[in-house]
Amino acid sequence: MSTSLPRPIPWLGAIGPVRPLDDTADPPAKPPRASTPKRTSAVAAPAPEGRAKLPTIVAASADASAAASPAAAPAKTPTKSSSPSLFTKLKDKLFPKKKRPGSGIPARKIIVWLRNARRVSQAGFFGLFTFLLVRTEFRGGFSGGATIRMPYPVEGFLLADPFVALMTLLSTHTVYRALWWSVGLVALTLLFGRVFCGWICPFGTLHHFFAWLVPNPKGATTGGRRVEANKTRPYQNLKYYLLLVFLVAAACGSAIGGLFDPICIAVRSIGLGVLPFFNYITGRGLDSVSAGNLRILQQATDSTRDVLVATVLQPKQYFFHQTWVIGALLFAVILANRWIPRFWCRALCPLGATLGVIAKHAVFGMEKDHSKCTDCNLCIVHCQGADSPQGGVKWRQDECHMCMNCETACPEDVIKFRFLPNRTSARTAPQLDRRKTLVSALAGVCALPILRTSDTLDANYYDRLIRPPGSVAERDFLERCIRCAECMKVCPNNALHPAFLESGIEGLWTPILIPRIGYCEPTCVLCGQVCPTGAIQKISEEQKLGNRQRNIPHISIGTAFYDQGRCLPWSMATPCIVCEEFCPTSPKAIWVEELDVPGRDGTTVHVQRPHVDPKLCIGCGACEKVCPVQDRPAVYVTSVGESRSRTNVILLETENYNRT
Amino acid sequence: MADSPRPSRRELLTRSGSALAVLGASALVARRFYDQGGWQSRSSSGRREVRDFRGQLAPGPSDFVVAHAEPDTSTPTQLVQRALAALGGMQRFIARGDRVVIKPNIGWDRTAIQAANTNPELVAAVVALVKEAGASDVVVTDASCNDPGRCFQRSGIWTRAHRAGARVVLPADHRFRTMRLRGEILDEWPVYRTLVEADKVINLPVAKHHNLAKYTAAMKNWYGVLGGRRNRLHQSIDVSIADLATFMRPTLTIVDGIRVLLRNGPQGGNVDDTRRMDTVIATTDQVAADAFGCTLIGQRPENLPYLRMAQERGIGTADWRTLRPREHAMYRDGRESTHDLAIPAHMDPAEAAFLIAQSMVDAPRVVLA
Repeated sequence: MSTSLPRPIPWLGAIGPVRPLDDTADPPAKPPRASTPKRTSAVAAPAPEGRAKLPTIVAASADASAAASPAAAPAKTPTKSSSPSLFTKLKDKLFPKKKRPGSGIPARKIIVWLRNARRVSQAGFFGLFTFLLVRTEFRGGFSGGATIRMPYPVEGFLLADPFVALMTLLSTHTVYRALWWSVGLVALTLLFGRVFCGWICPFGTLHHFFAWLVPNPKGATTGGRRVEANKTRPYQNLKYYLLLVFLVAAACGSAIGGLFDPICIAVRSIGLGVLPFFNYITGRGLDSVSAGNLRILQQATDSTRDVLVATVLQPKQYFFHQTWVIGALLFAVILANRWIPRFWCRALCPLGATLGVIAKHAVFGMEKDHSKCTDCNLCIVHCQGADSPQGGVKWRQDECHMCMNCETACPEDVIKFRFLPNRTSARTAPQLDRRKTLVSALAGVCALPILRTSDTLDANYYDRLIRPPGSVAERDFLERCIRCAECMKVCPNNALHPAFLESGIEGLWTPILIPRIGYCEPTCVLCGQVCPTGAIQKISEEQKLGNRQRNIPHISIGTAFYDQGRCLPWSMATPCIVCEEFCPTSPKAIWVEELDVPGRDGTTVHVQRPHVDPKLCIGCGACEKVCPVQDRPAVYVTSVGESRSRTNVILLETENYNRT
Repeated sequence: MADSPRPSRRELLTRSGSALAVLGASALVARRFYDQGGWQSRSSSGRREVRDFRGQLAPGPSDFVVAHAEPDTSTPTQLVQRALAALGGMQRFIARGDRVVIKPNIGWDRTAIQAANTNPELVAAVVALVKEAGASDVVVTDASCNDPGRCFQRSGIWTRAHRAGARVVLPADHRFRTMRLRGEILDEWPVYRTLVEADKVINLPVAKHHNLAKYTAAMKNWYGVLGGRRNRLHQSIDVSIADLATFMRPTLTIVDGIRVLLRNGPQGGNVDDTRRMDTVIATTDQVAADAFGCTLIGQRPENLPYLRMAQERGIGTADWRTLRPREHAMYRDGRESTHDLAIPAHMDPAEAAFLIAQSMVDAPRVVLA
């Protein structure tokens, strides 16, 4: 290929000698150190040469609006130059107009167009993701009927997630319902490589955005540190080892890898953390404004809230169990972008790793002409995947996000993206260390015994591990649940929460019902509807409530118990039975015993003492939610008697045994 | 001298002046925001808070109307239209330009046929009547027990009321504001402002069995005024019902007896527990509405302590005979008649009400408790 320059180094991962950026031809964009005093002097003196272009534009536009005489325009120029308008500043930040360095060969039009299309696509998909997430709730409407379902697949991003599909395929040997959507994403990757990471993934877009917003100050966005941070490094292999651990663990029977799936993380942390956070801030903020009892302020905040509640906010504040950990992890992984841009995508993301493996067979890719590379490093500065776009080394197809920044930035004629490229200067598959691969697989095998020989699953079942209605039996549940938190987000009563460590590490962030915060609405089946993997099956209202005439048993998620020492009619001779009033079954699972009990002063008080009929109780927790004994309720639900389990039962005769 | 170790007189004055100013300002702040601490208990001995929406009522032919029909001869719309006509028309209660709030019972995630919520067609008919009378804004709302979105939608009230032209408002956190009601047991509670910020309020409950209060309709419907943790109210349910009815004095009370929940109230859930009774009670007196209405499910007003309390407090009268009662009856043969209800003086009013209430319903009948 090249004759004049030394032969390109067939490098494995690292890159060849790189001259510091300061040596490259880039005088207007990177003035020498003396620029700082110059800027201050600009207030008094006319603008320096390098910045002369900008002020004239500003002055011209100012003249047009002020209709000043043309003679006055040059005189105004220096004063205007000291403070360019906010709009101009923003425009310069967003669309920097730099002279292309080096040979200054402009990028191909199609590539610039693709780069812009990528930006639009990222914004669009992030918007779509946020929209679907916000809409993962039931609000009701005047056009709705008695049957309530989500009008469109709000969990769509998860359904198209091949990592989730692959993991659950390994654990359950099935592809659950709409998870076959992920085949579409596989097809897309086979065509274009990891375009999902660069163009679609909302979590990736988040990292892309924050890496741009909060870069390491010492290297800014253009400096040598950025180049160092964007070089291909061995740590990027971590995601492949992690992927292997999760897939082997899945094959052994646990979908614990969902903890690391980027879409799951995005739904979980934004849906359970960020959105309630904004709800809280807005609510309390407007509260404090209207607390002043100024009529006009109250009306203003009321109408503001009406609008917000009708659009983005929720009508009530949602609370989620222990979500500060989820929020803190999100914060940490976003903060990592400050030092390594898109650290998550490069180092940890198992979905990216899955796509990286598939991308080996992609028909679209990069071709390089090493001989033309001047080592200006502009491609690395803008690289998202740390995939060695520069000359002299092999391009890493499995790491590339297909963002098209490198070719757009390249001032020479080195980088070309095209169909069926020559692969001599590309490396398509990840370079894994055999020993580490083996250890990862072993870790995956060992994960399950380690997690499950701690007592929580078999020996000492956590009594408050109340799973949503329609959940499959616990072992099957752990094979399927990817902790995406869709069920928790959609629950209209704020009843479902991410478990913390209550049921061991393996149960981390799986859904549990906390009746004290919210009960399971008896006619609601939305959690099963949005569950992408079938951990919660799609059930109908009739299946949930049962139908005696048609001999369909109800689905129970637990059983209520009375703490008679705390119950008002039982221990305090006080009428109450709010629990019975709220008991939704028909006939009611809570029945009352009418009797006169002696009061302290010799009187008798007529009370109704509540009892639970375990055959009828569905474990919804409405009784526990409404019990007036505020701190520790006098009636509480535990998981025993749940329909999904054949072992977690009380009564000898239950309908569970009669079912196949 | 610029570098003198001693300050000039001017500087001395400025500096000590600013020191004094800071001291004075901090003293003022401390005085303004001074908190003595200590423990204060609140008592509810104050004057009771009342929201009275009755206004100056034009004289009409009657203040208490029972409209009912034999099975399958009427629609809820017809019944409420006849009832209002017998009262003197909706114009008697609603003036042109009024902002009207209609408060049905939308408490439960139940469908219309389960009779735990007010009949949706009846709500729509009342909305239409109120709009016809010239109201500028008609709001339909309630603070539900179950998730409001589900209750409003699945009860069918959202659809019907919206189609009839009402503004259906769902409860949201910010629409409640803590208020001192100064009732006997209800003092400081979050109050649903949408319900009380109106010119006229129409109480539109459904008559049903309640396992603790025995029978509930008009007065108990005001539970929907409260937010917060209403579950404590049940420890003294009669007093709390009376307290709420003291606070809320509606312009008009229309009790839905189209389909009545006889057992397993207030939530029901089983159609077998309900019974079609095709009755609408329209009155200006919410106490009389409950005193008569309880006989729909065979209760006696004497068994409902909250009626006695309400009467003692002067909220209304349990003796509906004093309200120039009228009856509108619709028969199978298409006949309709409106006539005054003349009750013999010696007759037990509860029994009379029971006989009237059950007169149109086919067997099997409930018995008077």
